[in-house]
Amino acid sequence: MTRPADPNPRLAQYAHPERLVTTEWLAENLGRDGLVVVESDEDILLYATGHIPGAVHVDWHTELNHPVVRDYVDGAGFAALCRAKGISRDTTVVIYGDKSNWWAAYALWVFALFGHPDTRLLDGGRDLWIAEGRETTRQEPTVAPSVYPVIVRDDGPHRVFRDEVRAAIGHIPLIDVRSPVEYTGERTHMPDYPDEGALRGGHIPTAASVPWSRAAAADGTFKSRSELEEIYLAGAGLSTDRDVITYCRIGERSSHTWFALRFLLGISRTRNYDGSWTEWGSLVGVPIVKGDQPGSIGPA
Amino acid sequence: MSDLPPALTGIVEDFGALTERERLELLLDFSENLPDLPPRYAEHPELLEPVPECQSPLFLAVELADAAPTRQSLVHLFFSAPPEAPTTRGFAGILREALDGLSAAEVLAVPPDVPDRLGLAHAVSPLRLRGMSAMLSRVKRQIEKALVA
Repeated sequence: MTRPADPNPRLAQYAHPERLVTTEWLAENLGRDGLVVVESDEDILLYATGHIPGAVHVDWHTELNHPVVRDYVDGAGFAALCRAKGISRDTTVVIYGDKSNWWAAYALWVFALFGHPDTRLLDGGRDLWIAEGRETTRQEPTVAPSVYPVIVRDDGPHRVFRDEVRAAIGHIPLIDVRSPVEYTGERTHMPDYPDEGALRGGHIPTAASVPWSRAAAADGTFKSRSELEEIYLAGAGLSTDRDVITYCRIGERSSHTWFALRFLLGISRTRNYDGSWTEWGSLVGVPIVKGDQPGSIGPA
Repeated sequence: MSDLPPALTGIVEDFGALTERERLELLLDFSENLPDLPPRYAEHPELLEPVPECQSPLFLAVELADAAPTRQSLVHLFFSAPPEAPTTRGFAGILREALDGLSAAEVLAVPPDVPDRLGLAHAVSPLRLRGMSAMLSRVKRQIEKALVA
């Protein structure tokens, strides 16, 4: 059993309003049947310092990533994760987290690879919940293990790999959501962030620079649909009936943009290149463009 | 025989005796017990060195107790990281408790693989642990700089 969508009129403007919930809706629905709230943060200890009452914790490094291969968990791993968190196939999963929901969007994207039917983001994430003075607790919920089927992961609709990206250059628009200094190639990682390793700086030829944060308002909620249309349709030249590929450094910030494009603007063929710059920037022989212009495919 | 200073040996043993989940709880204790900056740093954050290798903003300062520092001078460490970054604070808390009050020579002798000995690589991920290695190497670099000054 899933929960009805949040009827808040503010969400009605978006292409898929059922993919977002407001803090008000979540506060009213906590503890109801068919709902599991998941916190997913960059910082693995943040959940333990206080979280939304009843929320379970999913860590991207240790629970969503494959323990050995650079990949995500497989169907059996995902089923085991969901069972341990009390999530059934028909559960409404509301995900929230720190940093304007970067990691929450990333977790939601991994849930999408398994086609979990009802996943939603808490608009504004952890920061808004706390800024509004809403209740948090350090008490971890007692989870009754659930039944979850083993679903074969289907990367196709949501994820692209490097060879597809290479073939897409010049044909499918690419959106680089990293900071301007990462795009130009001045740096290979965000200032004040760890260098996760890329041997070259720059961007994938033809990629437009639209930093992820342009989709977020000051309070961490998503901007209005008209503002998003201005940025991505008018500004970056995307159209709702065409493909688009987003990328960043490891695929987490671009999950935030993937969510905005796919569910808020309704660009249903939005896919995320999770290999992102840590892969492309170290691949032998692939074309790269430095500087602030998108550039063209050029010689490898 | 441990090659670590006694306080650090104790911390490594404490972590080693715990389950993975309990190690995260202990790390959270260190995070919550990290002392606030004294006013001379809290009011002058420009005196602190940023550690960009950490996932969240961390700043540190190193003081040697003597005006003309030697390898015997006592080291004092100061760290600042926001409460929204408990893992980073936890790493800072471990280093402060383990190293504050040791001599410069003792801190410089701490092996660089100490973060790997806490048994956190699996629970926290090696990427996150890199921030702690970076803090340790920056502490040592500041001591070396003070000694040649």
